[in-house]
Amino acid sequence: MSTNTDAAYCEDVVKKFVLAATFWGVVGFLVGDYIAWELAFPALNLDLEWTTFGRLRPVHTSAVIFAFGGNVLMATSFYVVQRTSRASLFGGSGFGNFIFWGYNLFIVLAALSYVLGYSQGQEYAEPEWALDIYLTVIWVAYLIAFAGTLMKRREPHIYVANWFFLAMILTIAMLHLGNNLAIPVSATTLKSYNIFSGVQNAMVQWWYGHNAVGFFLTAGFLGIMYYFVPKRAERPVYSYRLSIVHFWALIFLYIWAGPHHLHYTALPDWAQTLGMTFSIMLWMPSWGGMINGLMTLSGAWDKLRTDPVMRFLVTSVAFYGMSTFEGPMMSIKAVNSLSHYTDWTIGHVHSGALGWVAFVSFGALYYLVPKLWGRRELYSLKLVGVHFWIATIGILLYITAMWISGIMQGLMWRAYDNLGFLQYSFIETVEAMHPYYVIRATGGVLFVIGGLVMAYNFFKTIRGDVADEEVLAPATSGAR
Amino acid sequence: MFQHHKVLETNVFLLAVGILLMVIVGGLVEIVPLFSIESTIEKVDGVRPYSPLELEGRNIYIREGCYLCHSQMIRPFKDEVERYGHYSLAAESKYDHPFQWGSKRTGPDLARIGGKYTNDWHVRHLINPRDVVPESVMPGYPHLKRPLRYDDIADHLKTLRLVGVPYTDEDIKNAKADLEEQVRSDSSDAAIAKRYPKARMGAADGNPKTITELDALVAYLQVLGTMVDFTAVDPASIRR
Repeated sequence: MSTNTDAAYCEDVVKKFVLAATFWGVVGFLVGDYIAWELAFPALNLDLEWTTFGRLRPVHTSAVIFAFGGNVLMATSFYVVQRTSRASLFGGSGFGNFIFWGYNLFIVLAALSYVLGYSQGQEYAEPEWALDIYLTVIWVAYLIAFAGTLMKRREPHIYVANWFFLAMILTIAMLHLGNNLAIPVSATTLKSYNIFSGVQNAMVQWWYGHNAVGFFLTAGFLGIMYYFVPKRAERPVYSYRLSIVHFWALIFLYIWAGPHHLHYTALPDWAQTLGMTFSIMLWMPSWGGMINGLMTLSGAWDKLRTDPVMRFLVTSVAFYGMSTFEGPMMSIKAVNSLSHYTDWTIGHVHSGALGWVAFVSFGALYYLVPKLWGRRELYSLKLVGVHFWIATIGILLYITAMWISGIMQGLMWRAYDNLGFLQYSFIETVEAMHPYYVIRATGGVLFVIGGLVMAYNFFKTIRGDVADEEVLAPATSGAR
Repeated sequence: MFQHHKVLETNVFLLAVGILLMVIVGGLVEIVPLFSIESTIEKVDGVRPYSPLELEGRNIYIREGCYLCHSQMIRPFKDEVERYGHYSLAAESKYDHPFQWGSKRTGPDLARIGGKYTNDWHVRHLINPRDVVPESVMPGYPHLKRPLRYDDIADHLKTLRLVGVPYTDEDIKNAKADLEEQVRSDSSDAAIAKRYPKARMGAADGNPKTITELDALVAYLQVLGTMVDFTAVDPASIRR
């Protein structure tokens, strides 16, 4: 990963993706928190069609997954692929800019379309047919830029982070095409009907939905882990063999896990059991990845104390380990019979999304900003520490509130009184959620504040300011 | 084994092919059989395509993102069957493009909401849920009082026929008239009632002159889960 190369790396595009990721991160967290307050205080829906929970929820999910996550993935994958290949971006800055503006325009159009009432009615695949076609064009351009850079690499080997990025790009393309096979009502309207219905549609949707998690939010971000954790720790990846086993096992097993979203539904039992079995097996490669990430710190654990950026990266891998244990557990049919349809699922998703995806992104962005803008370090490492603690407390409030309320909700739904009647009406279970919704939304406020602290830190760093602060010295014990 | 991996990690094309082979298997095994095995394509008496008005209502349900808080899939558990009704059959959503089983119950399951409340209750509840359920956290939908736009309803039926819903030429030709008749007629002898058995006739909001989005959405909610008559099922005929 030497930097002495004739071809200059194409970094202006990476800079744009970094700024967009920061912006969309704050927007996505903010919309998510707003709809969390709506569930606690329904008056916040404002009785306007554009601000109801139903229309804003896809804005939140698309903003955090595709806008924040997508821009982070494009920023990091373009940065990593150029450096690990010792080659400039295929197609150059012009092509990179086309992808940047094309992708971000898609996000704006998609968000507008949801608010105005256009939706395919399938979770995480809400954009209508015209937007889907447009996104396909952008995504293919992304694949060409990424794979093209790999082709002109001047290193014999393709670095492990790039395997994950490539798997993410290819698989997301396959899933996007498979799940959006719809026929428009006419060429002049956005409304369309999916070619699948009922149980087949359900299976295709969760094949897509679960692997949007598996490839977009996991494989892609593992790519980030495999570059930025070793770079920041200044240690090589713990085990090359483990990365090979973990890569192929992860991508093979993930695809099968979709049916665990459909336990006890009209989907045939064999498919549910298959989904459950593969979900449990998935625990192993997931923890293989976690071990590979954490053990990379061998001999550099003191950085956890001295470097708050490292703290973000390491904590993210720990959260990854936690949610990839919780996920397989929730996919067990007996557990799922309680957890499904409850807020436990929402808590699980957020321990992965906030703890893993967002934290590893923050770590990578904090690494990238000073490098890209030619600063020695960030404006303030102290503020990174502040961000870390605010965000961590926010996550803990969020997921503990959802664990308690989700399990409570599941138990209340199935509770019988001693005369053999259902003990609670549905609305009583809604009422019982209120305090937990407030705690969850409060956790969300902390997470948003953390995002703003990060944005401020970037603003000052890019301006070239340096805070006057004492830097913790690395341990000198030589315990290596 | 590990030294052979060099072949893959030094060749982008082979790596990409390897990835695609790996990720294609699971989906094929789990999805393809669902188009041919008995339990997912069985025919069940009573299941019919949605009437034009119900279809418009269903599209409003999707537009407003109702599926994000309401499921339409009753699982075969004692408490769910007692709370919501008979567990859901695959055939009951066979004409649902897309399916609306949902993944979250912030509000209750709606798979069998049809016939449980009056039209009047639904209208008041949709406009301001807290008028009828004080503890509800559902948003109010006063904007559904506006007139329904249904000029292109025949195109919707045609498109659905393309993806496999068995609307006849006659259904498509009469789509607009059927939609209007379902709101304006209260007779069970009307042509629409014959074409779409169990369709809930009449204007939900009490005003048959203007066809509103409320009329359509309530017509959809009132037919949900009512098409199959479970009292007429003979368990012996199901057993194989």
